[in-house]
Amino acid sequence: MRIGERAGLKAGRPMRDIFGEAILAACEKDPRVVVLDGDLGNSTKADTVRRKFPQRFLNLGIAESNLVGVAVGLSTCGFIPFAVSFSSFLLCNAYDQIRLGVAMSRANVKIVGSHGGITLGKDGPTQMGIEDLALVGGLPTMVILVPCDRVSMHWAVEVAASLEGPVFIRSSRYPMPEVYADGASFRVGKANVLREGKDLTIVACGLMVGVALDAWAMLQEEGIAARVVDLHTIRPLDRETLVQAALETGALVVAEEHLLHGGVGANVARVIAEEAPCPMRFVGLADTYADSADPDELLLKYGLTPEAVWRACHEVLKMKGRERA
Amino acid sequence: MKATVKPVSELKNLARDLRLEVLEMTTRASSGHPSSCFSAVEILVALYFGGILSYDPKDPFWEERDRFILSKGHAAPLLYAVLARAGYFPREALWTLRTLHSPLQGHPVYRLLPGVEATTGSLGQGLSIGLGQAIAGKMKGQPFRVYVLLGDGECQEGQVWEAAMAATHFRVGNLTAIVDYNKFQETGPIAREMNLEPFRQKWESFGWLVEEVDGHDLEALLKVLEDFKKRTDERPAVLIAHTVKGKGVSFVEADYTFHGRALTEEQADRAKEEILCE
Repeated sequence: MRIGERAGLKAGRPMRDIFGEAILAACEKDPRVVVLDGDLGNSTKADTVRRKFPQRFLNLGIAESNLVGVAVGLSTCGFIPFAVSFSSFLLCNAYDQIRLGVAMSRANVKIVGSHGGITLGKDGPTQMGIEDLALVGGLPTMVILVPCDRVSMHWAVEVAASLEGPVFIRSSRYPMPEVYADGASFRVGKANVLREGKDLTIVACGLMVGVALDAWAMLQEEGIAARVVDLHTIRPLDRETLVQAALETGALVVAEEHLLHGGVGANVARVIAEEAPCPMRFVGLADTYADSADPDELLLKYGLTPEAVWRACHEVLKMKGRERA
Repeated sequence: MKATVKPVSELKNLARDLRLEVLEMTTRASSGHPSSCFSAVEILVALYFGGILSYDPKDPFWEERDRFILSKGHAAPLLYAVLARAGYFPREALWTLRTLHSPLQGHPVYRLLPGVEATTGSLGQGLSIGLGQAIAGKMKGQPFRVYVLLGDGECQEGQVWEAAMAATHFRVGNLTAIVDYNKFQETGPIAREMNLEPFRQKWESFGWLVEEVDGHDLEALLKVLEDFKKRTDERPAVLIAHTVKGKGVSFVEADYTFHGRALTEEQADRAKEEILCE
């Protein structure tokens, strides 16, 4: 079954295609926007800009450290550079350059990490960004956006261009289902509650939002009302919505297409532990690298499915029941 | 705006005064890299006070200013002393180096202090940032030039050569690199620890215009930098400045282990005498 199908969501196009459209739109809107490519523009789809604005598209070749440095230099001269490559290559190869040049300098540079998570599939674990959110989380000052569909990707790119300061956006190869209708409203640092519910809360980002909505549909059939929260901004973290969810529903499941270690769940747990401790479960990649295979086979193998989220929901409900008993 | 050009005799006095300030800053802070500063004094004096850089301390973000990036960020005390001397901030601030609440961080941090053009200190990163600025200048049709000072040991970083390759590709004739080739890195002589030679040929093979000069000879430095400035071709240029680590203080020149440590009060007194006698 396709992700989002149970929840009645329309199928979407690959997120990278949508990123390509969104970055082109950002270039059309603001002449200061420039794109820096690490020779993967045809994969990340940043090459939409190359075709339309060749003078604002710089291929820095296969040299991510230099790419980020050049982006920093351009930003200090009034440009709004989007440094675009695979999430794993940018963050793992150029982490120190992002640390000093972008984060510590509060430079107006946007880092777009494409092919986040395991769903790039067949190219295998060397190319997968399964630790990108943990790495970028280690960079104070950096706004972190993880869009989950077409509408939120367009918003993320547009808001990144308009925000002064460092922003990270995670993009993906996977066709994520359409979660939002056109015109849906977003605010940086304000999570969106997609489904109201009182029994428990599922917090998700990126691909796992569609998965969470599928789990919501499965629970609904059993008479369980789950709240579903799209945590599209990982920093600044929306403590208010998270704490409110914990207080009102008393149980939380966090789902992410990322390593559990240092991931989004860990950040959510810190807030909940401080302000409203309650039973929690985490769906994500356990300490492992994923294989090279079809994306949907990988999601199944590594437990990033509606069934896995559904199971985690029943576990927290059981814990909650014990607490109440 | 162009700073008033001083005659070479005055520049020499200025170099002496800057050495004394660096000495006092690092001794008071009981830390820092004075010997790495001493090798680069004449280079910065030539750039800031010899009429090479156009800048305006009253308008530090003037769009058409020339940019200077201290890629060897551990020479921060020298940069701070130069910026104070140029009028970016009061001289008293120098004595706050490395103390709580001071914008004079151990290594330069962008946005904290006017005149600091990039965060540096993790070596190898400055040339890429300078390249980005040089590309920006070309894209905007602005005439400014970008100067990046690299350490010699720093050139062991792969990123330097990524930037070197990209600089010729993007035809940034407005980018000038200067290497403070003092022949020592933290743990010993460059030639012993990780040899750079043939160094000139490395730059040439990347397509750069290369000049070599005695990095303590102000006249020679100024001549090359002025020639570089007059160029209209699109090749980036590098000046390999042969320098002496710890220049001006005999017992520091003779002992590379002074890298990364300040002089004691007693050593500083002796150093001061030597600098004043020179």
